[in-house]
Amino acid sequence: MLINTLKFGEIEIEEEKIIYFSEGILGFPEQKRYVLLEEKKESPLKFLQSVEKPGLCFVVIDPFYFYPEYEFEIYDDVQAELEIEQAEDVAVLAIVTIPEEVYLVSANLLAPIVINLKNRKARQIVLNGDKYRTKHYIIEELHNLGRKREEEEVKEEIVANSR
Amino acid sequence: MLVLSRKVDESIMIGDSIEVKVVEIKKDTVKLGIQAAKHIPVHRKEIYEQIVRENKEALELKLENISVLAEILKKKPK
Repeated sequence: MLINTLKFGEIEIEEEKIIYFSEGILGFPEQKRYVLLEEKKESPLKFLQSVEKPGLCFVVIDPFYFYPEYEFEIYDDVQAELEIEQAEDVAVLAIVTIPEEVYLVSANLLAPIVINLKNRKARQIVLNGDKYRTKHYIIEELHNLGRKREEEEVKEEIVANSR
Repeated sequence: MLVLSRKVDESIMIGDSIEVKVVEIKKDTVKLGIQAAKHIPVHRKEIYEQIVRENKEALELKLENISVLAEILKKKPK
């Protein structure tokens, strides 16, 4: 079917690719059908585009790209609603906010989007507790990851050299 | 807004399938129990509002900034 998109103009999409949010995305309960688009395969950024409203399009990212230790429990109600049978069927995305100061780009890890890849049912869930926030600064997290890796490499070198 | 008074262990029915029960009252805090179908999300209001606010802010994106960001991310080691 033909849809109008924010970033790519009018495009053809396959109906089987449509992701269905039974409650919509928080704040936008009426639009339930979205499709995941990507511009470049190497880019971690993707677009969650509403099939029903061209202007309703979220930039999303795989949260593990910049926060590998991200983890949370998917409770029974969500598991039941999305008919999740196994963890491997689940894809997680975080909505990205890109401010004017692009370097302050953030991802919402408090309310991730959970998709059951088997039936394409999805929901934006809100995590309990205060471990995660609505703004995790991606560039800062990537810097931390880079530093951690460098430290690990240095440690490995020291161990290797002392043998 | 409909305002009802309830004592501990008393409930309110919203529609046919949502029940809100007063579980405990301690000083100025009321503990509520909510029974609803699995697909109905239930959130503390301020958390819900925070998420909606963030979602709306996320939509205020400028397309040029996405390209700028993609360039920045390309340069980051992975």
